[in-house]
Amino acid sequence: MLTEAERHEIEEEIAAVREHTRAAVVEALKVVQRRRGWVSDDDLGDVATCLGLTRTEVDAVATFYNKIFRRQVGRHVLLICDSVTCWIMGYHDLLEHLRAKWGMELGETTADNRFTLLPVACLGLCEQAPAMLLDGELYGNLTPARLDEILATHA
Amino acid sequence: MPTIFIDGKEYRYEGEGKSLLEVCLSLGFDVPYFCWHPAMHAVGACRQCAVKVFTDAADTRGKIVMSCMTAAVDGMRVSIDDPEVVDFRARVIEWLMINHPHDCAVCDEGGECHLQDMTVMTGHVYRRYRFDKRTYRNQDLGPFIHHEMNRCIQCYRCVRFYRDYADGRDLDVFGAHDHVYFGRFADGALESPFSGNLVEVCPTGVFTDKVFKGQYARKWDLTTAPSVCTLCGHGCNILPGARFGTLRRVRNRFNHAVNSYFICDRGRYGFQFVNGEYRVRTPLLREGDELRAASVDEALTRIRELLQSGSMAGIGSPRASVEANYALRALVGAERFSHGLPEQQFALLAALLALQRSAMSPSPTLPEVEQADAVIILGEDLANTAPRLELAVRQAARIIPDELEAAALGILPFDDAALREAAQGATHPLFLCVTGATSLDALATVTYRAVPDELARLALAVAHRLDASAPAVTDLAEDVAALADRMAEILRNARRPLLICGASAGSLALIAAAGRLLAALEAGDGSPMLRTVAPACNSMGQALLGGVSLEEAATAETLIVLDSEQLRPAQIAGAKQIVCLDSLLTEISERADTVLPAATFAESAGTLVGSDGLAQRFFQVFVPEGEIRTGWQWCDALMAGRWANLDALITEIATESPAFARICAIAPPADFRILEQKVPRQSHRFSGRTAMTANVSVNEPPPPDDPDSPLAFSMEGAQKRPPAPLVPRFWTPGWNSAQAVHKFQEEVGGPLRGSEIHRVIEPDGSTLPPVTVPSAFTPREGELLILPAYHLFGTEPLSMLTPGIAELAPAPYLALHPADAARLGVKAGGMVTLTLGGTTHTLSAALRDDVPRGAALLPVGIVDSPVPLPAWGTMERGRHA
Amino acid sequence: MPDLREYEQAGGYAGLRVALRMTSTEVQGTVKAANLRGRGGAGFPTGVKWSAVPLGEGARRPKYLVVNADEMEPGVMKDRILLEGNPHQLIEGIVIAAHAIEAEHAFIFIRLAYREAAERLRRAIEEAASAGYLGANILGSGLNLDIAVHRSAGRYICGEETALLNALEGKRPIPRAKPPFPQTVGLWGQPTVVNNVETLCCVPHILRHGPEWFLGLSRSSDGGTKLYGASGRVRRPGVWELPMGTPLREILEEHAGGMREGYQLRGLLPGGASTDFLTPEHLDIPMDFGSVTQAGSRLGTGTMVVLDDQTCPVSMLISLEQFFARESCGWCTPCREGLPWVVRLLRALENGDGRSDDVALLEAHTRLLGPGRTFCALAPGAMEPLQSALKYFHEDFTRHIAERGCPWRKAPVV
Ligand SMILES: Cc1cc2nc3c(=O)[nH]c(=O)nc-3n(C[C@H](O)[C@H](O)[C@H](O)COP(=O)(O)O)c2cc1C
Ligand code: SF4
Ligand code: FES
Repeated sequence: MLTEAERHEIEEEIAAVREHTRAAVVEALKVVQRRRGWVSDDDLGDVATCLGLTRTEVDAVATFYNKIFRRQVGRHVLLICDSVTCWIMGYHDLLEHLRAKWGMELGETTADNRFTLLPVACLGLCEQAPAMLLDGELYGNLTPARLDEILATHA
Repeated sequence: MPTIFIDGKEYRYEGEGKSLLEVCLSLGFDVPYFCWHPAMHAVGACRQCAVKVFTDAADTRGKIVMSCMTAAVDGMRVSIDDPEVVDFRARVIEWLMINHPHDCAVCDEGGECHLQDMTVMTGHVYRRYRFDKRTYRNQDLGPFIHHEMNRCIQCYRCVRFYRDYADGRDLDVFGAHDHVYFGRFADGALESPFSGNLVEVCPTGVFTDKVFKGQYARKWDLTTAPSVCTLCGHGCNILPGARFGTLRRVRNRFNHAVNSYFICDRGRYGFQFVNGEYRVRTPLLREGDELRAASVDEALTRIRELLQSGSMAGIGSPRASVEANYALRALVGAERFSHGLPEQQFALLAALLALQRSAMSPSPTLPEVEQADAVIILGEDLANTAPRLELAVRQAARIIPDELEAAALGILPFDDAALREAAQGATHPLFLCVTGATSLDALATVTYRAVPDELARLALAVAHRLDASAPAVTDLAEDVAALADRMAEILRNARRPLLICGASAGSLALIAAAGRLLAALEAGDGSPMLRTVAPACNSMGQALLGGVSLEEAATAETLIVLDSEQLRPAQIAGAKQIVCLDSLLTEISERADTVLPAATFAESAGTLVGSDGLAQRFFQVFVPEGEIRTGWQWCDALMAGRWANLDALITEIATESPAFARICAIAPPADFRILEQKVPRQSHRFSGRTAMTANVSVNEPPPPDDPDSPLAFSMEGAQKRPPAPLVPRFWTPGWNSAQAVHKFQEEVGGPLRGSEIHRVIEPDGSTLPPVTVPSAFTPREGELLILPAYHLFGTEPLSMLTPGIAELAPAPYLALHPADAARLGVKAGGMVTLTLGGTTHTLSAALRDDVPRGAALLPVGIVDSPVPLPAWGTMERGRHA
Repeated sequence: MPDLREYEQAGGYAGLRVALRMTSTEVQGTVKAANLRGRGGAGFPTGVKWSAVPLGEGARRPKYLVVNADEMEPGVMKDRILLEGNPHQLIEGIVIAAHAIEAEHAFIFIRLAYREAAERLRRAIEEAASAGYLGANILGSGLNLDIAVHRSAGRYICGEETALLNALEGKRPIPRAKPPFPQTVGLWGQPTVVNNVETLCCVPHILRHGPEWFLGLSRSSDGGTKLYGASGRVRRPGVWELPMGTPLREILEEHAGGMREGYQLRGLLPGGASTDFLTPEHLDIPMDFGSVTQAGSRLGTGTMVVLDDQTCPVSMLISLEQFFARESCGWCTPCREGLPWVVRLLRALENGDGRSDDVALLEAHTRLLGPGRTFCALAPGAMEPLQSALKYFHEDFTRHIAERGCPWRKAPVV
């Protein structure tokens, strides 16, 4: 069930696109994801109802994008850039560090549900490679040590 | 005529605004394709149809283009055989095969798989990809469609048909890159009434026929013949396939004018009654309380005796062929022949007949319907009364920028996605004047829901606004008058308005009003069209044949009944003896004196007259076990062999009955031969012929004879392409799938080569009697006007014998407006007792805003009404809620 | 980031005032005369693109201007600098461009990762609106324009202009066929122009100072300045605004500070992941559209990715092609199926599973996924680094096969 606040935000997104209700679909999904971290089947159904679309139609769009999460994620989502400059500048070291630290692979969530680790395409921070996006915030010039410092501040 | 150079040779081709692919295919070249579909045009996704084009004779390098997305232009130079493009096409297959499971041996599509055909066509042979394949989980899509996603080649045809063409909203594509998935949000039966077409639209085995799966046979092992669907009045052409004495499946048979590439799910899946255990296979005679099997002679003797004693009458059926009905009439005499319908229901058909004859132009064909620029639907819930017509109305409703507009915007006239984008879902005016919610509501410009009399009043009000000589409707409610103003305003500007009206609402007033509205439209400067909707596959044939009413015939002591399924026992309760010609035991035949086993459509040949007045021939598909014969053959036997064969009967009908003068020409006569050979119903690859009866005798039995058609129950015969009406399968070398149809067409997407339409109902300059305006509907205290509601799955009784159809049919209900429910103290889902024509039904109440106040909807076929609807009924709150 | 006042003091919105005194056609003419070429990668002349939009009474309305701020190509970070650094410059460019095509609505399509940029844009839009540069009757000119910011949800293909339109419409962002071009059938079927952020940021200056001035900034026949960038093992990776046509060597050695200690230059992708490699022998070419094309690559976005001598080119290609394979929209066969195959072949080489035919198979793909064979330009773009790597670093590929693995590093790649 959507909360009143979510419903209200979704309605605002719909109002913003005027007669083109469908155009609000991505923003509406993000409303849910902002508050819940991911979009469950039930929530997706509610979004569909708000937009006058079927669940099938909404999911067809949702599953295209890789930053709409259709599976549960941890409290923090760490998207590590594996594109060319970061690849050259130390992506593998960072990844190895995290795999060893958390004992898990890309695509997984730590046992304490704290972090989900996912690969991401170039973040547009190439001059500060290697880079990552953690909870929507960009971080560059990463080293394993600096990564640890940043992660320590994310409970 | 423009010309084109293909691999150095010059060809003439027809038509402007065609794609290179269409032109190449029409010229007979084999250019492979996947995403292109003749009804859905091009989107350029699969890249399979690549060819080379050259700027001029001096250009030797050329450029690779997708032929489906390139306009053919006069003087163009094209190469299909250029090595570079030949290689590219093979590589496209190689890519598609990366993740394909190569499970052809166990795949239901095997042998009629477009992917197999295209693979062979491109010459790709050896697999070089050596890594893992991706796999998917399949979905349960309900009783009709089997889902096997691993076979998918991502041509996007399924969603383009299901969503874009048929407006279905529960099938889509998910994901991205090499991980796209075609299916539903979650498991569950597909909702579109046209979902079965996915089986033919999908070029490989992702969507296959689940019903067929249960009794599967390869395409080449099926015996097939051209046939016509008997499950509604539309008359879609079908290709039923049988094996070992059972009917295994039904596929679409392309007919440009009637159904093109698609049929509905009732038509595709509703045939299973043919194979049922409840079939009557030998004559049955009454002995005391029992019916016992008897020989043909015994049965015929008994019937002859019965026919001699006392008064007798024959009762025909709108679901039986023209021939069967005529033969029965010949047997009993015209004055003792009934068309099988109660007075009131026959009056509706007669009115539809008169309406078609009064029109200025004949009933439009399917492509003409799709060209309508305004549609008015009076009293028909099309998806449930004439589903194929509904799909055509959807195409009519959709505005497609015309060629000029498209050119101005830089759109190629066959670029489906761009045309849709430019049109932005804009629709032509669609006026739905109906008795409840319909599947077209979302497309409608105006939806007016009311009881039939009120619909008639609106239609007349519109007529009056268009043509002052039509009677005025003076006491119209303000909002309805405003609606009439608006409709008239729009219709005045329509060039090709289409009026659809039928018998479903059970209202003569509505048909009369339709006639007046049509005349008013005809008085304007557009070219209006009329399509009528009749309930059964040969309703209009019965209207032409005529006869006495069922009520009158039922007074005879002995009745000989064709197809007692369509009658209720009460309607013939007075008869002392009943002789039934039935294909399955019914409530009536169980009480009959004699039952003769009758053939179903698949086991017989004959002529049907569809709602649109087209007469179409269906042919026998297979020879059933037992003593089953078709209705006319039994009558013939009772008359000691009056007709030498079907042709003799047809010739007699055509001579005796001017209305049917043209039915001889529908198909070639039985003695038609190609190089002195018959047309084989079995393919050249048909297998198991010698093994089929090896448990009985090692000698191969001769194939059964078919004196009634030029088709043979055999794999031997003419291999040359037969004339259109006789084409028993679409199959040519290299084209084993349903896509082979283009090899049988005059040009891709066009009519079958040599096909003609045979109208038996045509405008004859007659006029309709003046109409009177029905008085306004006043709800009655303590009573509800019970209106008929129709269901694709549920209304038609034979198709309900298919388990999947029964599963998807709604449970019995009575739908009423919440305000009426409140007045009567009924809650949603609560039980109510409906008293109608002296019988009572206990039903679950559905509260629906779309039901007109003072009325209620009762599902026809699901709840048996003893009286024709609409009728007044009383309703009480049920005791056990 | 300058606020509105600072921007105005620096001459901001003066270009707009000039434009508002002109007709739409005159604005188009000025930009044509400046020879501004699109900075989104394809280099199409901006004024020419605008002139394909129907103008005047008979034109269909509404019309739309769409700003492409998706910037998801690996190695590209120039638009972020502009968005974060000076959003008013973009807004001014948008208002002028909208005037040039008579658009009343503008959308900025910005990638999700650019949260800071989107925030700053939002604030700037508010400021501009309250100062009368946006909204109804802009500066009393009678023109109206609103700007909406749409933050995507990932996917490189959204940067392809027609896929972007589908994304804005809330559909699956697969590209559309061209023709029809967006200028006639664009957003919601209406006339639409899609321009890159950097392109539009040039526009205010062209209007304010005139086309000759803009042409004069350039060291080539293409007008203006260009944001150049460098990333990889260079001393000072970054982005710099320099005259169009600045030589490659100057960018690399002066601005990026040359290669890091201990590394040699082996090659570079001059304009992002979808451009062909250039090698040290190309260092003297001017970085403008024509010259880079002549050298066998593309200027693209002008932001180079540098390959050093201690990085395996095959490994680098795995990252590149994996990106393209993952970001393929899945619409057309060659891209959807061909790219993942390419990735697996490269991985096999890297992991010691390479076979003798693999290089030929890779080479075949570079031709088979070329322009015209796929539906959009993603796959052909993906083939540019591969085809040039196969040319310049051929031996590296064959060594992977002969030596059963990566000569640079013995551990297998994940
Ligand atoms: C796969 C693909 C991705 C693209 N991504 C971007 C992008 O992120 N930003 C951009 O401005 N142009 C991108 N483009 C180019 C656009 O399609 C378009 O040419 C450009 O936005 C036009 O703007 P301009 O004329 O101002 O350069 C991309 C093209 C392709 C084929
Ligand atoms: S090349 Fe084809 S599959 Fe790839 S992104 Fe473009 S349209 Fe999609
Ligand atoms: S049939 Fe032409 S691209 Fe698919």
